[in-house]
Amino acid sequence: MEKRKAADNWSAEPTRAFRVRVLRQDGPAQPSYWQRFSIAWEPDMNCISVLQKIAAKAETIDGQRVAPVAWDCNCLEEVCGACTMVINGRVRQACTALVDQLLQDRPEEIELQPMKKFPVIRDLVVDRSRIFVSLQKVRAWIPVDSYLDMGAGPRQSQDVQQLAYLYSKCISCGCCLDACPQFIKIELYREPGESTEAYEARLREANYRAFMGAHAIAQVDLFNSNPIGSMTANERLDALIAEGGIQVCGQAQNCVKVCPKGIPLTTAIGRGGRAATKHIVKKLFDR
Amino acid sequence: MAKPSVMIIGGGLAGSAAAMKLAELDCAVSIMSFAPLKRSHSCCAQGGINSVNELTRQLGDHEGKHFEDTVYGGDFLQHQPPVKELAEWAPRIIDLMDRLGVTFNRTPEGFRDQRRFGGTLYRRTAFAGATTGQQLLYALDEQVRRWEVTGHIRKYEHWDFLAPILDDQGRCRGCVAQDMITMEIRAIPCDALVLATGGCGLIFGQSTNSLACTGSADSRLVQAGARYGNGEFIQVHPTAIPGADKLRLISESARGEGGRLWVPRTPHDPRPGQDIPERERFYFLEERYPKYGNLLPRDIATREVFKVCIQEGLSVQPDRPCVYLDVTGLPRDVLDRKLGGVLEIYEKFQGVDPRITPMKIFPAVHYSMGGLWVDYEATAQGGLRIESPRHQHTSIPGVFAIGECEYQYHGANRLGANSLVACLFSGLTVAPGIINYTTTLPAGLAAEQSSTLFDRAAYKENSRFQTMLARPTGGPSVFSIHAELGQLMTKYATVIRHNADLAQAYERVSELQEEAEACSLSDTGQWANQEVFFARALEDMFPLAKIILKGALARDECRGAHYKPEFAFPEITATDPIDRRREAVEWCEHFEENNRKWLKTTIATLDAEGEPRLTYEAIDTSLLAPRPRLYGILGGEIIEEVWKEREAAKQLAGSR
Ligand SMILES: Cc1cc2nc3c(=O)[nH]c(=O)nc-3n(C[C@H](O)[C@H](O)[C@H](O)COP(=O)(O)OP(=O)(O)OC[C@H]3O[C@@H](n4cnc5c(N)ncnc54)[C@H](O)[C@@H]3O)c2cc1C
Ligand code: SF4
Ligand code: SF4
Ligand code: FES
Repeated sequence: MEKRKAADNWSAEPTRAFRVRVLRQDGPAQPSYWQRFSIAWEPDMNCISVLQKIAAKAETIDGQRVAPVAWDCNCLEEVCGACTMVINGRVRQACTALVDQLLQDRPEEIELQPMKKFPVIRDLVVDRSRIFVSLQKVRAWIPVDSYLDMGAGPRQSQDVQQLAYLYSKCISCGCCLDACPQFIKIELYREPGESTEAYEARLREANYRAFMGAHAIAQVDLFNSNPIGSMTANERLDALIAEGGIQVCGQAQNCVKVCPKGIPLTTAIGRGGRAATKHIVKKLFDR
Repeated sequence: MAKPSVMIIGGGLAGSAAAMKLAELDCAVSIMSFAPLKRSHSCCAQGGINSVNELTRQLGDHEGKHFEDTVYGGDFLQHQPPVKELAEWAPRIIDLMDRLGVTFNRTPEGFRDQRRFGGTLYRRTAFAGATTGQQLLYALDEQVRRWEVTGHIRKYEHWDFLAPILDDQGRCRGCVAQDMITMEIRAIPCDALVLATGGCGLIFGQSTNSLACTGSADSRLVQAGARYGNGEFIQVHPTAIPGADKLRLISESARGEGGRLWVPRTPHDPRPGQDIPERERFYFLEERYPKYGNLLPRDIATREVFKVCIQEGLSVQPDRPCVYLDVTGLPRDVLDRKLGGVLEIYEKFQGVDPRITPMKIFPAVHYSMGGLWVDYEATAQGGLRIESPRHQHTSIPGVFAIGECEYQYHGANRLGANSLVACLFSGLTVAPGIINYTTTLPAGLAAEQSSTLFDRAAYKENSRFQTMLARPTGGPSVFSIHAELGQLMTKYATVIRHNADLAQAYERVSELQEEAEACSLSDTGQWANQEVFFARALEDMFPLAKIILKGALARDECRGAHYKPEFAFPEITATDPIDRRREAVEWCEHFEENNRKWLKTTIATLDAEGEPRLTYEAIDTSLLAPRPRLYGILGGEIIEEVWKEREAAKQLAGSR
């Protein structure tokens, strides 16, 4: 209802335009710079339609012709995680960032920046391969014997399913990482003449050792509470206490506040911490 | 001997399933995608996945009925053996996904819960909250990651597939692709190429699809000579939220759990939906189709929404067509536990709580039944020989197609929750046939081919790329051309089609195609240049758009999603029982005659000028005879009665 009202006000001034400020960067190791755009208001806009309009017009507020802003997106309904960026200072998905709401909070301007903890590829596109490296590290999968027909999985209570579902809705967007004070940006540049493969291997190596972040800690809990996953729980706990593991977390709890899927990250970190301690103690005695 | 190498294009449900199965069978697997696999379009699927299950079995269901619902739902336009095999595998596929950790909803006793979907009377649909596609995709993405760690699978994420590489015999030996960040163009050898590149909703501008669903990969294969099947069959989903950038789907599961479609009996009643009393509401599907009610197949439901809004003038709003989808009567627990994700979408984008206020929805382009033509090998029992190299094989030797990008399973209309299962089935079963294909390759593996084959292919794509960057400025923009293409296609080639419109649209699309080839880029950079990829995808939309239009123009009948009022069968209007019977007999004769003419697959190829040429292929209906598709419509009983009598008479005559 609120929204309708806002729309009615706007439509009294059909030519109304609003401003968008975008932090641009032409490529890795290049300087960043701001550019302003003026966008004609339309009903039901989100930050994706804003970026589409910028691309179609490719002209700044002072009439300078520029290359379209680069950005990532796919699903447009906050389920693929691609379009994550910093909007008015907050890390979130562009597709669910509705223009009317943003302008209500801050009428002057909408501000778009790339995520801060991931290396910029171009403009709002960042390299988030580190997220997937940490999923490799914590072995976030069910290690089934084969894909042959072995009947159904184990029966599960509704409570167990509900909890697992909560965790497995993680869209690997990286909001929890961008907001985390312990998650330090890693940026490596391509050497002249270095192949894509060689560069990626070097980056992977560095990412593998760095802090995994809240999303990966939650995935450990997800897979270790699955009846089949729990059979290899120790492997995941080993990863959890290795370099870049849960001990890096300083309990700042920023992560849980920005997760678009409402994943109980602090609960996961608490449970992960207890499991890790038990695991360390057990390893001491097993020696 | 070296392992056969397989390149899979597409990391949605179909591509990921194929990758993990091929890795298990010890192939050298590569998988390519625009984006990390986990971000593929399959994650949008909300409602669920179909299979017969223990619960429905006890109510008399079995694989044969899933087969029958699918074929009847598809208006008999599918070859039947692949559908039979699909229905038989479906329960085992869901079991496997269960073992892989998919968080299917549970009953209090801990079994997988099921809901009802359109086009069936059974609760055959398993689901994981309201984000089933996401949960299925994640389970596969995790398995692919597992094989990636052990070096069995190599990923090419952020790459665009440009073309297959064919040797002098026309056999596929690799593909050319472009890195979307460094812009490097590379020829990659492979022994088998698998396309799993999803749908083509973007040809219609806005749809329920993700923005990556451009159909470009299909088009590039067709431009390399592949056949395309049933292109004119495009599913328009009855319930989506109109929006500026996307038409967001409200899943059929909302109706599966008890949601109802209605409009106020008073046109444009100004009261909020929840304040309109029951007796002043017109539940148009329930009244017209008492047997299936709100769970009709999509083509029929969509036409009914159109009819009630446009012909009958009963749209909820006067300024734009829409009807109510009402879940306000369902228990809170069901809304939150089973429909949470779907309702969240409405709430997030419309700012209105659908638990309290009925949702306003309208149909939107959703799914392509048509796609790359693929082969199969039937067994004597009418099923499939899965290990046959013909299985899922396109008309180009060495290229296979799986998932939404191929045409095989859904006929003229897809049933809800049947796509995910078809993606998984085709993805999991394509592997053995590929291995059999690669073991009998003439002239060795791809790695043994002369390097000039690959250099030539890369050179060709490189030139196209450089020419594109060098285009003069001042031409039209890719975005405006895409917008016009989308509007044309949506207006003339969706729910209701007329020959004159289709012919006109074809002409305009041809003009637009020329404009698209001349449009100028505002970005001519050599680093992460997104406009290049979009411009190329746009150019490649035109051959498919033309195939859709031409197929629709040629097909003078109504079947499933393809509806031309000019060729619709007359309704039974007589009241006198004898006249009614006579009309029904005529109706049945008309139906049979139409089938003789049109019960066939449309096959499109491109000629030397790039124009589509159509041929037709007979359909294998050996398992289930075609019959009128009425879904218990009021007034249709007499047709059903007459039809049954005629069939019985025929059988009697046959047995004599
Ligand atoms: C909103 C919505 C809800 C749905 N709900 C259901 C449901 O409940 N049940 C059901 O059964 N079905 C549902 N469907 C249909 C179903 O989701 C899709 O048909 C299915 O997910 C398609 O999967 P796929 O693996 O074929 O392709 P996709 O998941 O679309 O994946 C295509 C892949 O190909 C890649 N790709 C494409 N072109 C190229 C190229 N040129 N180069 C490189 N990579 C390329 C993409 O990056 C992607 O990885 C729904 C569809 C929509 C739109
Ligand atoms: S609780 Fe840990 S993971 Fe979360 S923001 Fe704080 S330091 Fe980062
Ligand atoms: S835990 Fe939440 S914020 Fe972090 S990656 Fe997953 S969805 Fe994003
Ligand atoms: S586009 Fe998928 S989350 Fe925004």
